[in-house]
Amino acid sequence: MNAFWIILTGSLVATCCSLLGCYLILRRMAMVGDAISHAVLPGIVIAFLLTGSRDSVPMLIGAGLLGVLTTFLIEFFHRYARVQADAAIGVTFTWLFAIGIILISVFAGQVDLDQDCVLYGEIAYVPLDLWITESGLSMGPRTVWTLSITTLLIILFIVLGYKELFLTTFDPAFAAAIGISTSLWYYLLMTAVSLTTVASFESVGAILVVAFLVAPPATAYLLTDNFKVMLVLSVLLGILASVGGYYLAVWLDGSIAGAIATVTGMEFLLAILFSPSRGLLIRRKQLQPV
Amino acid sequence: MILQVDNPVVEVHDLTVSYDRKPVLWGIDLTLPAGALVGVIGPNGAGKSTLIKAMMSLLPISSGYVRIFDQPLKQVYNRISYVPQRESVDWDFPASVFDVVLMGRYGNMGLFKRPRKADKDAAMEALEKVGMQSFANRQISQLSGGQQQRVFLARALAQNADIYFMDEPFAGVDIATETAIIQLLRQMRDQGKTVIVVHHDLQSASEYFDWVVLLNMRLVASGPTDKVLTQELLEQTYGGKLTLLSKVGDLLRRQEFPARETKVK
Repeated sequence: MNAFWIILTGSLVATCCSLLGCYLILRRMAMVGDAISHAVLPGIVIAFLLTGSRDSVPMLIGAGLLGVLTTFLIEFFHRYARVQADAAIGVTFTWLFAIGIILISVFAGQVDLDQDCVLYGEIAYVPLDLWITESGLSMGPRTVWTLSITTLLIILFIVLGYKELFLTTFDPAFAAAIGISTSLWYYLLMTAVSLTTVASFESVGAILVVAFLVAPPATAYLLTDNFKVMLVLSVLLGILASVGGYYLAVWLDGSIAGAIATVTGMEFLLAILFSPSRGLLIRRKQLQPV
Repeated sequence: MILQVDNPVVEVHDLTVSYDRKPVLWGIDLTLPAGALVGVIGPNGAGKSTLIKAMMSLLPISSGYVRIFDQPLKQVYNRISYVPQRESVDWDFPASVFDVVLMGRYGNMGLFKRPRKADKDAAMEALEKVGMQSFANRQISQLSGGQQQRVFLARALAQNADIYFMDEPFAGVDIATETAIIQLLRQMRDQGKTVIVVHHDLQSASEYFDWVVLLNMRLVASGPTDKVLTQELLEQTYGGKLTLLSKVGDLLRRQEFPARETKVK
């Protein structure tokens, strides 16, 4: 049963991260996902200090706000202070993450949080933290519930906003010209990334979140030319990595999160070599002159 | 020579646009008539693209205002279409030609709605107009420059707007595409639509447009083509360089002709 819960947790994280990651990599913003996943730390700590509990809702709100603040700051440094985009990302997230670490160490006595846990997570503990109702009924791991709701929200967001997200990602100028607000959809997307990050960090850690945000979408991008197929394929690749990573970790007796991230990397490597249209070892399809 | 019209389709009043506090367009006052094929012409860096982007509120405006159909822009979004410069998007994007053309319908569909059959029909019809119907399922990274431009045009056509802004639609396209595009633009004008085109080639300008806007950071002229494309106004727009440029151009063309013939033999 433990294996089931761990794989399910990994798959849920993979689903939300891969879906959002498809938009991030096509916007050339993969590293913004990385930034947000680290920069939400002070939001989590502040939410914890204010409410005194590790309840998911205040933490999601705190982290969501910090995530949006991060994107604001990156935009601000890039656009108004005229710093390069990657430099703006680097400055913003290391700074916010550092503030989070200081907050944790200053309030160490009150905060039941641990930097290592934020970075690496511990997916193996997922089955231990059960949600038990007042009548004593065990509803399964708490994290699975939080992640299921987050995944549903993300899928709903993408289904409802599909064409706006697609258009603002492909051609923001045209979107703005026909009256679709590019900044609204940009910040909605970033809020979704923040929520996903904080919902997953506790169980899988920031590093696996970044791996899921980038590697499965990048692999799917190499395998298809159709955006809808890319979304579905990246989710399948993410789930496959969760399953494969779990058994790899069991076999090696190593870190599960590490093994899962390794599998996403191997998937990407295979796609680079054997992708039907772009694989290095496959002869490119000759284009027919028109 | 700046001619103002009654009942303009586009009214630009005292428009100033700056990048980094450095103005790139200064005090532009112009009105454009309905049902015209308008060329925006000027040297590199004259602010041609900036002008049409500012008209559509794609850029922050330092001062002045723009009214389209005598209304603020926000109320007429669905009557405006835009053909951006080809290079402004990533053509490796995982999308088919049809996906891109269908985007033209997004504004009319409204939030959360999915494309219906009518939208798909309109997109297909627009593709036929630009002669690209057989490419509907083609991945966009496999298109030539001219085909990319046609796809962008089809996307704007699918929108069925009343006013079209086009940023250098003739840049880097083959002659067949250029001819096809100009024919299409003329048809649109004849249906009463207004088409505003950023253009950089002076030679074809007099042939293509009914109305010309000459721009070099300030508005030099705006009026019917034959009254605006005069030596004097062009010199004002391009500075002294024009004579030199046209002479070089003439020389080149004279040399090119026999050179091509000898090559064919």
